[in-house]
Amino acid sequence: MMAACPACAAAPAAVELAQANSTLQISVPSVRCAACISAIERHLTHVQGVVSARVNLTQKRVHILTDLPASAMVEALKHIGYDAYPLDARALAQNVDLEGRDLLMRMGVAGFAMMNVMLLSVAVWSGASGATRDLFHLISAMIAIPMVLYAAQPFFKNAWSVLKVRRLNMDVPISLAIILACGMSLFETLMGGEHAYFDAALSLTFFLLIGRYLEHRTRSAAHSAAKELAALEAHTAELKTEAGSETVSIDALKVGDIVLVASGMRVPADGFLVTPEGVTDRSLLTGESEPVSHTVNDQLHSGEINLAGPLEVRVSAVGQDTRLHQIARLVETAENARNRYTSLADRAAQIYAPAVHLLALATFVGWVIWGLDVRHALNIAIAVLIITCPCALGLAVPAVSTAAISRLYRLGFLVKSGTALERLSEVKTVVLDKTGTLTSPDFSFDLSDFASRDLSIAKALAQASAHPLSQALDRHLESQPSATLNGPREVKGCGVSGFYGQIPVALGKADWLGAGDTGLCLKIGDHRHALPFQEPLRTGVLEMVDGLKANALQLEILSGDNEAKTRNLARNLGLNKFQSKTSPEGKNAHVADLADQAQFPCMIGDGLNDTVALASAHASIAPGTALDAARNAADVIVIDDTMEKIPQVFAISRKAVALSRQNFGIAIAYNAVAVPIAILGYATPLAAALAMSLSSITVLVNAARVGFEK
Amino acid sequence: MNVLVFLIPISLSLGGLGIWAFVWTLKSHQYDDPSGDAARILAEEE
Repeated sequence: MMAACPACAAAPAAVELAQANSTLQISVPSVRCAACISAIERHLTHVQGVVSARVNLTQKRVHILTDLPASAMVEALKHIGYDAYPLDARALAQNVDLEGRDLLMRMGVAGFAMMNVMLLSVAVWSGASGATRDLFHLISAMIAIPMVLYAAQPFFKNAWSVLKVRRLNMDVPISLAIILACGMSLFETLMGGEHAYFDAALSLTFFLLIGRYLEHRTRSAAHSAAKELAALEAHTAELKTEAGSETVSIDALKVGDIVLVASGMRVPADGFLVTPEGVTDRSLLTGESEPVSHTVNDQLHSGEINLAGPLEVRVSAVGQDTRLHQIARLVETAENARNRYTSLADRAAQIYAPAVHLLALATFVGWVIWGLDVRHALNIAIAVLIITCPCALGLAVPAVSTAAISRLYRLGFLVKSGTALERLSEVKTVVLDKTGTLTSPDFSFDLSDFASRDLSIAKALAQASAHPLSQALDRHLESQPSATLNGPREVKGCGVSGFYGQIPVALGKADWLGAGDTGLCLKIGDHRHALPFQEPLRTGVLEMVDGLKANALQLEILSGDNEAKTRNLARNLGLNKFQSKTSPEGKNAHVADLADQAQFPCMIGDGLNDTVALASAHASIAPGTALDAARNAADVIVIDDTMEKIPQVFAISRKAVALSRQNFGIAIAYNAVAVPIAILGYATPLAAALAMSLSSITVLVNAARVGFEK
Repeated sequence: MNVLVFLIPISLSLGGLGIWAFVWTLKSHQYDDPSGDAARILAEEE
């Protein structure tokens, strides 16, 4: 993580003379107010070697221009009481949101053009006639046409790209309405006609760009927060060199390299153990909650967490050959299937677009048969196209999902995919992973029926071992005095034995002590006591299970861990469906089975073994503590440890879909009134402007209801 | 209606001024950190 510039760190005074040219980004989640901003900026700029520091409150980050290493900055921030986490610049990629700025620019241009044209239109509507009206129309045309050509490009591009693959979406009728309105109005202007719809074309563009921009902003907030989670992880490894060790990027590792893994760190690449023995936590990879002991030459996978002393690992696979990459390939295939999901807006567009186009055509043909000249018939037909409120229809879904996603964001959920809300609202069965999702990979013991003497012996034995289970037992027996043992001896991979006075005592694996079953056992003389232990539930899991049941969802546990533990947990949570010892492919297959039974499964999981199921399930949720790959595959990420709020995700997404449907209803109701008027030829640009604004505002206000607490 | 000769150019140039100001705010990164800017006006100048 350290920027490799020891000279700078050693002589900070010299740095100020040299031009610092690297920007560090540091995440400071606790920055909240104006006082925090000035405290941080003032403190950092006084640190020698810092050229400038600027807090971004929206992103809760500090950008620092300096040559000092990130760790020095984290230290400086800790000094004034802020927890800080350096972000990996490469994982953040580009920080500037270019697409958002582009949309904002188009929105602004359309807005200003609309205001000017509207001013001219108001004059026409209030009775300007003859040469004055023609002049006003001409000026409107000169403003509107270039501005529409610039501002409405996102719709044109989208419409073109779906038309090329012979499909329809909402952008097709929108683009057509904009283009025809401008074309027809230009023709009318040149012919000295009465009606011009330039203001309608511009306000349509403006309103829809607002929707597009809001949608983009919520989505990019989710994306940048997700990227930030990824950037919090160091993508580096400690490479063993002749001189000691060197920090290198994981990409730079080669087969045969020896990497050092400090205690508590993740193994950076697949490889074989060089150190005589080690203990790792594999729960993110396989779902096993118990630590796994390894001896020299055992295979380790990237992502395992080192629980004991420092390890040396000889790298055996990099890049495409790692287990992680194989899983990533499976995920890609699974995601392609999900991308075929047709959203509510697209389904509506597939009905609406042909209907409105046929209606306009029928109007035109009808009027021509009635005996009207082609120019007037065309005028009326185009007025029908403009007045059918593509605006309200175009805003119906994005407005609601924007409001719903920002509400979920405030509750601590990142919604990454646009159609996630719709998919979540259809879910009938929730599939839960065990380790890491429902339980923490830690242990709690139930020692109520042990004599005090036995506990003292257990504690003394536990203290003689560095195994994580022993250490957890030692912590659990904090207040217990430990007995004095003679010659405690650790048998690697089995347990600890020794003598209490003359009595042989031992603590270790049940099968080593002849107690048959799996688990932990304390042996005193000939007496064997099983030490029942279980993984503690994550906070909020009980509330989550109750809440999900209250939302009429079926629950299942799908675990990679052994059956006894899975059954135990299922019983504690009051669930009767569970499956244990499931492989990653098995989880995927089970989710596919549920999908075939029209259960619309939602997977909630955190590990590599859940990743494929997360990607293939109808919808998916991952805790923020999940593995990188799992977070990438999931639709929704729980940022804080707020498991108890997960039922709200389902409740809010159902409400959002209901409101979207209501919005379509509102838009259709407006059409039911406005379309007959347009077909009969009574539509004026004023009526079009009123219908468009009123329907759009109604739809937006209705959408905002999803943001309110009940 | 001769007054239009002045009024139309004036209204167009005001609109143009608005657009120019908007583009300027966008180019000078004034929308990058809205909540930070809202908080900063409360901070005392040094």
